[in-house]
Amino acid sequence: MTTATINGSEVHVDAEGFLTDYDEWTEELAQVLAANIGIELTDEHWDVIRFLREDFPRQGETATIRRTSTVGGFDTKRLFVLFPKKPAKKMAYIAGLPKPRGCV
Amino acid sequence: MKRLLILGGGTAGTMAANRLRKRLDRAEWEITVVDQNEAHVYQPGNLFVPFGIYEPNDLVKPRRRFLPEGVELVLGEIDRVEPEDNRVVLADERVLAYDYLIIATGTSPRPDQTPGMLGPQWRKSIHEFYTLEGATALADTLADWQGGRMVVHIVDMPIKCPVAPLEFTFLADAFFTERAMRDRVELVFVTPLDGAFTKPIASKHLGGILEERGVSLESDFMVERIDADAKTLVSFDEREVPFDLLVTIPLNMGADYVARSGLGDDLNYVPVDKQTLLAKGYDNIFALGDASDIPTSKAGSVAHFSIELFEDNFISHIHGRPMTKLFDGHANCFIESGHGKGMLIDFNYDTEPLPGKYPLPGFGPFSLLRESEANHWGKMTFRWVYWNLLLTGKEMPFEPLMSMAGKEVEVHA
Repeated sequence: MTTATINGSEVHVDAEGFLTDYDEWTEELAQVLAANIGIELTDEHWDVIRFLREDFPRQGETATIRRTSTVGGFDTKRLFVLFPKKPAKKMAYIAGLPKPRGCV
Repeated sequence: MKRLLILGGGTAGTMAANRLRKRLDRAEWEITVVDQNEAHVYQPGNLFVPFGIYEPNDLVKPRRRFLPEGVELVLGEIDRVEPEDNRVVLADERVLAYDYLIIATGTSPRPDQTPGMLGPQWRKSIHEFYTLEGATALADTLADWQGGRMVVHIVDMPIKCPVAPLEFTFLADAFFTERAMRDRVELVFVTPLDGAFTKPIASKHLGGILEERGVSLESDFMVERIDADAKTLVSFDEREVPFDLLVTIPLNMGADYVARSGLGDDLNYVPVDKQTLLAKGYDNIFALGDASDIPTSKAGSVAHFSIELFEDNFISHIHGRPMTKLFDGHANCFIESGHGKGMLIDFNYDTEPLPGKYPLPGFGPFSLLRESEANHWGKMTFRWVYWNLLLTGKEMPFEPLMSMAGKEVEVHA
């Protein structure tokens, strides 16, 4: 576990740069994280990010693509457009949540 | 008289019935197992059927044979659990009341969940090997297949026995090599993961073997649909993977009655405490084996190690004492790698599969994450171990909690 300074504030991150403390995330930070991976956040992005943020404390883990679609009601195809190539990973990164677990 | 009701007479349900029958007073406790049929399939064997290594008949025995005296087997389809009334209703309206309930109905491949999978090409050029019927149909296809592009494909995680798709690919490479037709087969491995496997170190080792065997890897592929006419997999981000022969691992889901009873998550798995397996929100319902949502492999090995601990926990729990045997997610799996060799992985919730020796440090006889003939023989012997030791709860020389002894840990500078 290391810390990184993003946008002037010090936050805890893992080896891949995912935030490790739920409460250190802010909306301003999300803008910077999104820009780091080449995404400019639109309202449509924010709807997804907010769903992930609300779902995490209830579930204790980051929503998968399937859960974001079936429970959150987002269209999977759109998720791939909004967060190209690796939506699950990118959504979690911007939302300041752990990378969705890969079950062994 | 109290009743323990166990839904599912597969690996987990059978082990739980055997272990708890020894521990619960017969004058005080009835144990009833419900399953929809009488056939207990040795599921790890399905992998070998397509290549003619096992015959379907080698893998099926009557469930009743593995349940001890004093355990009743009820055959019937489960319609729903009514947890508020502590009872289970079967499809034919029979009602089974319980004091404690164990959900052990596992997980199943669901080809109906991917558009285009079921259709005229199903079991012709589109196959699966996770059911005995599917594995048998694939054996028939492979017996006179003339070659082409074979695509091995995973719809989504988690799946039962997550190493099986890789093993299938290794065995296919060996099978075509032995038949002197490997040069007429293009092998492609398509996965929603970002590499060959879920965890980084094992993924690197296993990905290396794919490369050595000339298998190309298509990663981060989330299938949207199968175009059966064009024989093509289409992803949500509009990538296309053509095939002549598709061997897919359909989406895995828990039983539908779990969802109907309000006990499941979005994939019909029962949310449980991952250390005690007690269903969240209930004090008399446990979920064992693949049926729960614990964050580790869906595998008989997990069922085995967790149930060794669960046995003591259950006895404590019914007497109102705290459950103290906490499960760490320990599992190990043999990985058949073809040409008479295999590998072994050993891991838990927190420790990913690492190279080394198992179970005795430095000696083995099994090698972790490396190919050896001993590992292959371990895997082939396991069928006997399963029927004769594992199901009926006899002593095995493996500890339920994971040990770091014998594992090689890379020290990062």
